[in-house]
Amino acid sequence: MPRPGFVLEVDRSTPPALIWHGEGFRLERLPAERSRIVYAPEPLAPLPDPDAAIRTALLNPLGDRPPLPQLLWPGMRLTIAFDDLSLPLPPMRRPDNRQRVIEAVLDLAAEAGVDDVVLIAALGLHRRMTEAELRHAIGDRVYDAFAPSGKLIQHDAEDPQGLVMLGQTDLGEDVEVNRRVAESDLLVYVNINLVAMDGGHKSTSTGLMSYKSVRHHHNVRTLQHSRSLMDRPHSELHSSAWRIGRLLNQHVKVFQIETTLNNDAFGSQLAFLQKREWEWGLRDRASFLAASRGLELLSPRARRSLFQSVLAPHQMTSVQAGEVEMVHEATIANLHRQQVVDVEGQSDVVIFGLPHIGPYNVGSIMNPLLVMCLGLGYFFNMYIGKPLVRPGGVVILSHPTPWAFHPVHHPSYIDFFEEVLASTTDPAEIEKTYEERFATDDWYRHLYRTSYAYHGVHPFYMWYWGAHALEHASSTVIVGGNRRAVRRMGFRPASSLADALEMAEDQVGRDPTITYFRCPPLMLARVE
Amino acid sequence: MSSNNTRTANPARSNPARSNPARSNPARSNPARSNPALSNPARPLGAGRGWASALRTVRRLSLGFPLPFPTGAPNWPTSVPRPPKRSALGVDYETAWARRYPVRLARAAYTELVTRPVMAAVAQPSVVGTDRFEAVHGPVIFAANHASHLDAPLVLSVLPDRWRNKTVTLGAADYFFTSHLRALYFSFTTNAVPIERVRVSRRSAQQAASLIDQGWSLLIFPEGGRSPDGWAREHRGGAAWLAARSGRPVIPVYIKGTGRLLPRGSKRLYLGKTTVTFGTPIPPDVPARHLVARIEAAIAALADEASTDWWSARLRAARGETPSLMGPQASEWRRAWALGPSPKDRARRPPGERRWPPRP
Repeated sequence: MPRPGFVLEVDRSTPPALIWHGEGFRLERLPAERSRIVYAPEPLAPLPDPDAAIRTALLNPLGDRPPLPQLLWPGMRLTIAFDDLSLPLPPMRRPDNRQRVIEAVLDLAAEAGVDDVVLIAALGLHRRMTEAELRHAIGDRVYDAFAPSGKLIQHDAEDPQGLVMLGQTDLGEDVEVNRRVAESDLLVYVNINLVAMDGGHKSTSTGLMSYKSVRHHHNVRTLQHSRSLMDRPHSELHSSAWRIGRLLNQHVKVFQIETTLNNDAFGSQLAFLQKREWEWGLRDRASFLAASRGLELLSPRARRSLFQSVLAPHQMTSVQAGEVEMVHEATIANLHRQQVVDVEGQSDVVIFGLPHIGPYNVGSIMNPLLVMCLGLGYFFNMYIGKPLVRPGGVVILSHPTPWAFHPVHHPSYIDFFEEVLASTTDPAEIEKTYEERFATDDWYRHLYRTSYAYHGVHPFYMWYWGAHALEHASSTVIVGGNRRAVRRMGFRPASSLADALEMAEDQVGRDPTITYFRCPPLMLARVE
Repeated sequence: MSSNNTRTANPARSNPARSNPARSNPARSNPARSNPALSNPARPLGAGRGWASALRTVRRLSLGFPLPFPTGAPNWPTSVPRPPKRSALGVDYETAWARRYPVRLARAAYTELVTRPVMAAVAQPSVVGTDRFEAVHGPVIFAANHASHLDAPLVLSVLPDRWRNKTVTLGAADYFFTSHLRALYFSFTTNAVPIERVRVSRRSAQQAASLIDQGWSLLIFPEGGRSPDGWAREHRGGAAWLAARSGRPVIPVYIKGTGRLLPRGSKRLYLGKTTVTFGTPIPPDVPARHLVARIEAAIAALADEASTDWWSARLRAARGETPSLMGPQASEWRRAWALGPSPKDRARRPPGERRWPPRP
């Protein structure tokens, strides 16, 4: 029986806590009597037979959808869309959930005699996936059956011929969607719900639409009013995505399949990363020392390669299929079963140790903008109710924050960092002054469509992602980061956690209360 | 922990403990356990290169007892209750290691080079009836009478090659698995797994059943322990239950003579001759409670056969006159008397005189 997450009040007997620091980790002792550490629940037991569970879900859908076989007939146009490489994190060991589900759907389609089947990687404005990434996600069997004939495509949000305008929502939001999806008799969407932000209508209204649609929910206003991104009923981003998704559902029949994973992110060699420090046995301590020593000897590039090669032993904990909203409700309930930790009250300071990977640097570099997005966008938003830190509190991030960018994956990030942030860090000002220029830049558009680059507007979304945290906290300190890079983003660099805590006292007073959110493993704080 | 959301700067704290300046530097808060790597949180543990790092490690290893975390064991926070310690001995002893291939290989070598020569020298076994289960494929349950610690190694040493290294012995958890060294020895030499004999244990039963499912044969002593007085005891249901559950046959085994070489309570080992007689496989085609009686009767018939001859034993078995393994239902001294001279009195016993079963 896996143990639930819990909050440890730090006292003098508490051993040092492990804090992630990019491609590495540190042991830090937190001030006694005024600090607490939030520990994640242990990984839930996986489904004993995921393939059988998938088939059961397809045959017993939720909501008003009939069983999937009844939606399939010869001569129909079937489109299967699936989440891109940003999920899950770290990438999971084969077989990926998407492979299992797509194979099950294709088995039923083959039984029904459906010939016209197209698979779409729902990239949204993310970079295109490489062949290896596609093979990893959907499996060689599916790839080899569809890719050679051009039936496996990647969504292109800038292809004028490949998009169709379906109309506007009541609030004037454009709904421009992939043409193949609009012209399909059935869209089957295959999702992996790693965090509560994913899934539901957001899958289609982000992954299969154009910049013209995405801009309605990915903007400073929605993100500042999403409290939090992980709590859909209180997220303005999701409200907009839901309106757009509902309009899409009026035109296209959508059969949503969502899966959840347990938070087992590291294999046996790195098991200590999942364990509470006082439970580290001899093997864990030896692994930690060996890993720490070994990583010191490696160059940053080698460290990055090593960490990027880590595959998570995530396993499926639930699968549900049918009507989008009903499915998503069930998915969120299952996700909460794994991730929710109850936390009492806010603190003056919150500490996030940022790992080596986020949704947008799979096989890539965690550049300063992605550090900001991961810390202030994702980790800060991992709450239900209230943020872990009080209004006016201080956020401390731990990450090397190198001034380094992947020139192929993140070309527009470089210009954003050099040009935009040099003039202002105010999200609203940035949006007003620069967004359109980057979003419509022909060179970025070309790179997005033909190379492996994120869309020109993507770095803006990274910045907006942290807009709520920027507004809520009085300052952000980054421990161990590149000083120039940290200052460029308007944050304060600190060489040690002790220094960072002293700097925080300037904002919140002496002896502040501290929360250390020990993530990963993934969790969601329910703050009373 | 909750804080005042409106507080923005340097409030006066009412709790005097919180004003302790030592707390502003976490490393200073506990100098007794100060760790050079932890005192400067900017530097990950073991950071630094070359001599300085090596010296620091040596200093830490030589001076800092108990070793600081993570070199040493971590503290257990006082606010976290410790889980009850699960005993790694007894019925919880994990024996999976003893069934891994390298260990199996080592045990096979040990059996051939040590167990068999020693048993041949000490017990001089005559083996009868291995042809009776030649046709059986897959795992079986060997059910034997039990009078001595020599029984398990003796049976394992005389099993046909096909079974010798693929048989697990079910050993008393409260006897063979009471210390790590003892458990290690018996797990290695006899491939023993612990079984609860003083009470019904679902765990040990399930484990034994799963071993059969994995293709392992079992050597089990249905009496539940060595004979306390030289006579057999009533059989328990374990062997029958396992046979009924797994659908695998039971092969009755009668071991004659080990009780005289190393009886219960004896610290001296005598040399002598033994006989191991294997019976015809008993299929689990009757309910377990009937199977218990059949196994018991089969072993008694083998005992009769070992003491007389096969045909006489068959005739007595057919007439229901097979002598009981449990001896006369009489007072202690008469039961002991019926056994004949003890091993210590062997010099006074005429050569060739049988002790048990009594001649009809």
